[in-house]
Amino acid sequence: MSEDSSEQTRRDPALMRGLTQSRLGRRDVLRLFGAAGGAAFLASCGIGSQGSATDTSKTAVAGYWDTHKPTDSLTWANWPLYLDTAGKGAHPTLDRFEKQTGIQVNYIEAIQDNAPFFAKVQPSLSSGQYSGFDLAVISSGIYFNKFKELGFFLPLDQSRLTNFHKYADPRYQSEAFDPGNVLSIPWQAGFTGIGYNPAMTGREITSWEDLQDPKFEGKIGMMANNEDLPNCALLAIGVDPQKSTEADWHKAADWLSKQRPLVRQYYSQNYIGALATGDVWISMAWSGDIFQQNLSGKAVGQALKFAIPDEGGLLFTDNFVILKEAKNPVSAMMLMDYYYQPDIAAEVTEWVNYISPIPDAQKIVAADAAASSGGDRTYLDQVANSYATFPTQDTYAKTTIGFTPKVGDELNTWNSIFEPVYQS
Amino acid sequence: MRRRLAPYALILPGGLWLAVFFVVPMLAMVSVSLQSGDLSQGFRQTFDIGNYSDMVSTYHTQLVRSLVYGLLTTVITIALAYPMAYWIAFYGGRHKSTYLFLILLPFFVTFVIRTIAWQFLLADNGIVLGHLKSWGLLPERFHILATGYAVVGGLVYNFLPFMVLPIYVALERIDRQFLEAASDLFASRSQVFLRIVLPLSLPGVFAGVILTFVPASSDYVNATILGGTGQVMIGNIIETLYLTNSQYPQAAALSSILLGALLLGIFGYAKALGTRDVMDATAA
Repeated sequence: MSEDSSEQTRRDPALMRGLTQSRLGRRDVLRLFGAAGGAAFLASCGIGSQGSATDTSKTAVAGYWDTHKPTDSLTWANWPLYLDTAGKGAHPTLDRFEKQTGIQVNYIEAIQDNAPFFAKVQPSLSSGQYSGFDLAVISSGIYFNKFKELGFFLPLDQSRLTNFHKYADPRYQSEAFDPGNVLSIPWQAGFTGIGYNPAMTGREITSWEDLQDPKFEGKIGMMANNEDLPNCALLAIGVDPQKSTEADWHKAADWLSKQRPLVRQYYSQNYIGALATGDVWISMAWSGDIFQQNLSGKAVGQALKFAIPDEGGLLFTDNFVILKEAKNPVSAMMLMDYYYQPDIAAEVTEWVNYISPIPDAQKIVAADAAASSGGDRTYLDQVANSYATFPTQDTYAKTTIGFTPKVGDELNTWNSIFEPVYQS
Repeated sequence: MRRRLAPYALILPGGLWLAVFFVVPMLAMVSVSLQSGDLSQGFRQTFDIGNYSDMVSTYHTQLVRSLVYGLLTTVITIALAYPMAYWIAFYGGRHKSTYLFLILLPFFVTFVIRTIAWQFLLADNGIVLGHLKSWGLLPERFHILATGYAVVGGLVYNFLPFMVLPIYVALERIDRQFLEAASDLFASRSQVFLRIVLPLSLPGVFAGVILTFVPASSDYVNATILGGTGQVMIGNIIETLYLTNSQYPQAAALSSILLGALLLGIFGYAKALGTRDVMDATAA
C-alpha cells in the first residue's frame, strides 16, 4: 500500500470519497465533549426499576408484528461515516431504498460511542416512551447486553429477513451474544489485534507478548476500555475469554499491570494518530482503522501493519437493532433486509472498509475494480482483497468473540479488576 | 407596597434560573449519591454514605493528583498572568483593547481543538521535538506528551485568559491618584507596588483563582489528550463511572467529594485573604 503512495493514489479516490479523515475519532468525539451525559443524568435519577428482559416467545413476537404495518418514514441512528456517502448528505444506497419503497429515511449520525448513546435513549426507553429512533447500530459487548437485559430491543420479524438468511455468512447467523438473531443482525464487523509500524519495531509482530517487549518501552499503546483491553489480556495469557473465570481475570490484570510501566498511554481511540506520527510504534488496534490509515498514506516512514496475534484476536460486530417503542418497526425491518443484497452491501463496503457480513459482496467489489481504472482500480482491488473487509476463513479461525460480563455483580467485579489498570 | 415588591421582581428571573439550573440539580446529585443499586435492579434511596468512603478509598490518588494539578496550574497562571495584566493596565496606552482581544483570540477556537493542536506540536517526532532531536539536543526517547508536564502545561494554556482578565480589571480600577500620592510621599517604586497596587489587585487575583482552580481541577480533556498512563484525573474517573459503568450513585458521590474539596480550598484561601476582599472580588 505504501509503495504506491504516489500523489495520485493518495488523493484519488480515497480523499475524494472522504475516507482519509474517516473514523479516526469516531468513538471519542463525544467522549471528549461528554455532551449526552448531563441531560441524561438528571433524567436517570430516581427511576426505580429500569425494565426487564423482553418476552421473546414466538407467539408474543408474531402477535406484535401482525398488528404493525409499513409506514412512510423511519429514523435510523448510525455511527459517523458508517454509510456510503456522495457529496452533501447524499447516501446513494439509502436514496435508492427511499425511491424503491417510498419510505423517507431520517438518517442521523447520532452514535459516537455505545455508552453516550445508551445514556441518551435510556431515560425514554425506561419510561416506556419512543426514544426518537427506530433503528440503531449497537456493538456487541457490554452495552449490547445492557440494552438486551433491560428489554430495550424489539424482537425481529424473522419472516422479513429473507436476504439476511440467504446471503449472510453463516457465522453471523449464529452469534453467541444473540443466538438465532432474535434481536439483532450485523451491520459491519471488525477485528481487534495489534497495529504496528514495521520501520520502527524492526521486526514482524506475531504475539501479544510483543506488547511487553522492553525494547518498545514508552512506545506502546493500549486501549482504555473495559472490553478490548481485558479480552486481549486474556488471550495473551492463553485463556479463551469465553471460558474465563474470575481467577483468570486477575491473572490477565496482572499481565496488564506488569506491562503498564512500558505503556505510553491507554487510548480511547486516537491510538491511530499516535501510530501515524510515530508517538507509539505498536498498539492494540482495530483492523478497519489501520486499513484506512494506510489508504490515506500519512504514516511516518512506512505503511502500518495489522497483525492478528498467534494467541488469537477478537472479532466484534456492530449490529442492527430495533429499539423498543419504535414507531416504524416494519419499515426498519425492510431497510435492514435491503442492506443484505450483495450489490448494496458491496457499495457500502467500498466506502466504509469494515468487514462485510455478506461474502458474496466480494465478487461484486472485485468486478467493480476490474471495470474501473487508475486510482479507483487500485483502491477497489485493495478493498476486495483485504483482511479488513473480506477476511478469509483462516483469518476468521484466528479470532474469537470476547467475553462480556453480565450486567450487575459480574460486570462490577470485572470493572473493579480491570479499570484500575488504565485508570490510575 | 408596589415599591417594596419591585426589588423582588427584579431578582425573580435570576433567582428562578439559579433554583432550576443550580439548586435542583445539586440536590438531585446529592440524592443520587445516597442511593444504591444498579441499572438492571434499579436504584433505591438508601441514604447509605458508604458510596463516599468507597470512592475516597478507591480514588484518593486521582483526587489528590487533580487538586495538585489544579493548584500548580493556578500558581503558574498567576505568575504568567499578573505581569501581562499589569503591563496592559499600566503601559497598554490606547491599544489596551487590542491586547485584551489578542488574549481572548484563542477562545474563538474550541478548546478541544486547541488542545489537540498541542498534541500535534509536541509529538515525539513533531515539528518541535523532531528538530531538537535531529540536532542532537535531546535524547531519542525524550518526550513531553504523556507526562504530567504536558497536562499541567495544557491546563495553564487553556486557563490563562481566565486569570488575566480579572486581574486586569482590578488593576485598571485602581485610582492613579493613589500612586501619585504615594510618590509624593517619597515611596519607592517597589513600595508603591507592594503597598498599594498589589493589595488593591488581590480581589482580581482571587476571582482569577476561582475561575482557574475549580475548572482546572475537574478538567478531564487535557489529561485525556495530553496525558499518559499516570495522569488520569478525577474528571476522567467520574466520566467512566457515569458513562461506561452506569454507576450513577458512585459518580454522584465522587462529584460531591470533588465539590467539597474545591469549596474547602476556596474558602481556606478566602479566609487567608480576609473576608472583605472576597466580597469585593464577588462584586468585581
